[in-house]
Amino acid sequence: MTDYYALLGIPRTLNLSLDLLQQRYYELSRELHPDRYMRKPVAEQQRALEMSSALNDAYRTLRDPLQRAMYVLVQEGFDIGERRSKDVPPELLEEVFELNMALEEMRSGDDSARPQLEQAERSFTNMLAEVDQQIQGLFVRYDANSSRDTLLELRTALNRRKYIQNLVGEVHRTLAPSHQPLAPK
Amino acid sequence: MEIDFDTTDHIVGIDLGTTNSLVAFMDLTGPRIIPGADGGKLVPSVVSVTENGSIAVGNPARELLLTHPERTVYSVKRLMGRGLDDVQEELKLFPFRVAPGSESVIHLQLGERTFTPPEISAFVLRQLKQNAEEYFGVPVNKAVITVPAYFNDAQRQATKDAGRIAGLEVLRLVNEPTAASLAYGLDKRENGIIAVYDLGGGTFDISILKLHDGIFEVLATNGDTHLGGDDIDNLLLRIALEDVATEWGEDLSKDSEGVQRLRRAVIQAKEQLSFVPVATIDLEYRGKKYQRQINRELFDKLITPIVDRTLGPCRDCIKDAGVSVEQIDEVVMVGGSTRIPLVRSAVETLFRAKPHTELNPDEVVALGAAVQAAILSGAVEDKLLLDVTPLSLGIETMGGVVSKLIHRNSTIPASATEVFTTGVDGQTNVLIHVVQGERELVKDNRSLARFDLKGIDPMQAGMARIEVRFLIDANGILSVTARDQRTGKEHTVEVKPSYGLTDEQVEQMIQESFEKAEADFAARQVREQRVEADAILGAVEKARHHDAYFELTDDERAAIDKSVNELLLVYNADDHHLIAAKIEEVNQATLKLAENMMNTAVRGALKGTKI
Repeated sequence: MTDYYALLGIPRTLNLSLDLLQQRYYELSRELHPDRYMRKPVAEQQRALEMSSALNDAYRTLRDPLQRAMYVLVQEGFDIGERRSKDVPPELLEEVFELNMALEEMRSGDDSARPQLEQAERSFTNMLAEVDQQIQGLFVRYDANSSRDTLLELRTALNRRKYIQNLVGEVHRTLAPSHQPLAPK
Repeated sequence: MEIDFDTTDHIVGIDLGTTNSLVAFMDLTGPRIIPGADGGKLVPSVVSVTENGSIAVGNPARELLLTHPERTVYSVKRLMGRGLDDVQEELKLFPFRVAPGSESVIHLQLGERTFTPPEISAFVLRQLKQNAEEYFGVPVNKAVITVPAYFNDAQRQATKDAGRIAGLEVLRLVNEPTAASLAYGLDKRENGIIAVYDLGGGTFDISILKLHDGIFEVLATNGDTHLGGDDIDNLLLRIALEDVATEWGEDLSKDSEGVQRLRRAVIQAKEQLSFVPVATIDLEYRGKKYQRQINRELFDKLITPIVDRTLGPCRDCIKDAGVSVEQIDEVVMVGGSTRIPLVRSAVETLFRAKPHTELNPDEVVALGAAVQAAILSGAVEDKLLLDVTPLSLGIETMGGVVSKLIHRNSTIPASATEVFTTGVDGQTNVLIHVVQGERELVKDNRSLARFDLKGIDPMQAGMARIEVRFLIDANGILSVTARDQRTGKEHTVEVKPSYGLTDEQVEQMIQESFEKAEADFAARQVREQRVEADAILGAVEKARHHDAYFELTDDERAAIDKSVNELLLVYNADDHHLIAAKIEEVNQATLKLAENMMNTAVRGALKGTKI
């Protein structure tokens, strides 16, 4: 498996310059894209296809901070299986229990749960922002100390984030089951 | 940079449209449409099998649609890569006759023969190829063909198959809106974000791109492969048919010629309404007249639901692109249906920007395809398209649930790797069901193919580790390879496409098309010889009343009779050589007669009298 950082020729950090990433991506695309190999032997065309698909996969992964973090975790040998993000983070147990009750009521047509759900949506959205800040802090710390403990913390934070994200999504869908028109920014 | 167009093959760009198709190429002066023999740039995507078995394409076929609707097919793009179940709605509206055995690939009955949609499209492609060859004076074998951005794998594969059947190596399938942006981007801004709104005859696409120093990076695309001008035509046609039923007291919908004439009248009115506030649907048929005025206000009201159907995909696309409406610098309009004022105003309202309409919306896609052809030939080096896959790719997992491997709007080429194992002791093959779409359940998505991994060594369940790599190439077409992780051995993957032709079927069609082309050519030669035979037989019959005929000897007259009888005997044979030989014998036998007639004519002329 090609190393994404090496392929893009950028330093192996969790925080990275998106401008540099894009610049490197465009440069390499001009070099590796199959369009450039149309008149070359089949073997070279095949290689261009492999390389440019790896390049696209690398760019897609590294430009998104969360996917980038996951990638680094896997590269460093951490297990980030699906199962982990389904466990309720212990500190959220109580809130999640109440939220699920309210969601049940709402789904069964009891609109009285709406204010509670709206409150929950706000509170979990705030929580999401907090986790994002925490993750950002861990990025900075890891780039400075490259410690596995930091990565372990990062994994916990990422799972927590994923869990809260799913909750927010579920509340959001329950409150507005129909297709939500795009809000003007 | 060396720009060298001469040493490269002529790679043409083709817009294979629902309603019209075009072929273009690029030289030092820029991209340009290649006209047909009749001087027209648009080749209607209509194919007709004439009564003597020859194939008519383009404008002649469009005329035959009126007189021989049962032998003619149009808008076949709507059937590309689709199964019978998918097209039930279209079949209600189009006079397509589906032949038996059409479950996974539709077969259309045209006269005595049946054709699949790729074969029909191949006739259109062959016509475009021929137009280009006549233009250049050299064979053309390579092409870039455009497809709707929202085409799925099967629809793309069907388009590629059509190219192969037509004798074209399809170097690249390019998404239509992306191609259009290439044509527009030529002398436009260097950097910025643009949206391309493409409403054609049968498909709708919206793409949002980032332009950066010659790189055209698609951020997101969305669309509907069953939405376009055809839907407007069918809507108006339904109303007109009801009108006619009331006014004439007869149901014209069962009369396919009547329907096609009314359809053309409706299209004329629709097209006029883009430029004038009032138009008339005007039909004169079998001595009866139908006229109905329709003003822009009513037209707008009627088509609003259709135009509105394009707005949802636009909003989703903006969202997926991760941009706000304000960040979009330009909106480009593509496709004939964007001439409709209501479409323009709807786009203007949504994007809060006046859309670009400088380039001919019918031509811009083909021009862009020509630019891409020049990129592939190496003639253009400073531009590069980075396109995306429009639909997520996933595999079926337990309980009919989809596990997504490559998400929609991923830049292509894109790949994903998944490790599979066996579920039962001693199992030697694994079946992988690949689907395309955004829904959670397999049944709500588009089945692409079933891949059978064979030759796994028998072992305990769960021990095998087969690494399967899914790769979407720059055409948006999927390929699958498999490798045993323990042995490193490549596995054979047997593909069963859910819709579409197998490789063997395509090969067979290519073969048949060659044979048919020979047969078609032979048939034409026979017809030509018969025309010549008719001419000489007619002349001989006329000459029998001439004085010169009586000046011949009995033997000479007998020789003429004999040669004429022999020509009549072979007249209906399918051998043009034989007919030609007998014509020559008649010529020889009548030499003296012709000479005598000439002399009589000269004598007559000298006497000043007419013979």
